[in-house]
Amino acid sequence: MKGDNYVVVEFLSRSSNESFARMAAAGFAAQLDPTLDELGDIKTAVSEAVTNAIVHAYPDRLGKIVMKMRILDGQLLEIAIRDWGCGIDDVEQARQPLYTTGGEERSGMGFTIMESFTDRLQVKSVMGKGTTVTMRKRISQRLSAKR
Amino acid sequence: MEIHVNREGRRLEIYLKGELDHHGAKGLMARLDREMEIALPLQTVLDFGAVTFMDSSGIAVVMRARQRARELGGTLKLRKAAPQPRKVFDAAGISRLVEME
Repeated sequence: MKGDNYVVVEFLSRSSNESFARMAAAGFAAQLDPTLDELGDIKTAVSEAVTNAIVHAYPDRLGKIVMKMRILDGQLLEIAIRDWGCGIDDVEQARQPLYTTGGEERSGMGFTIMESFTDRLQVKSVMGKGTTVTMRKRISQRLSAKR
Repeated sequence: MEIHVNREGRRLEIYLKGELDHHGAKGLMARLDREMEIALPLQTVLDFGAVTFMDSSGIAVVMRARQRARELGGTLKLRKAAPQPRKVFDAAGISRLVEME
């Protein structure tokens, strides 16, 4: 059994960093020996959360995004994505499918996808202070895997 | 994101290649708009065979292409989505709105 582990990554809210954040999350998750399917879920959920921070937290300026990834109990991956942007006024409303305050290139499905691609999604937001999205995903233990 | 276009009369096939996320979505939408304006297609096919990653930005792109196709009196079809993009489409219930091959 591998011990617990964590990595913290800080980056600027440029859209070119969306793919970097996905690759960093996939790279960190690799030590849990996820299936291709699980890896796809992690990349998708991270992409949604980071895009939200880039589009909504910092709509007219560049700001700091911190992604903290942890392994808990050997098989549980936790990814927290934090920004210091404008905050979400009504988190419940923001989590509704198809709700968006973004432009026409947004679908309003970001939180719905984060929810369906992870095991737990927690959103904490304070207006004017920022938002933290914390997602957890249990990575299945494969019988053939040596740990 | 790279795109390759095949136009035959009023049938338009658009082959997408690479990762489809928010970073590239706006440019892709503008390109699709342009291609559809030129072709005025009755049948538009978006081929996802070479899309290696897609997030909800892909849903926005498809919904926009569907809207444009309808305005032109045509139809939209999605083709060859790999398991990851397909899962994103499924989470959004896209197959209820657009034909998927």
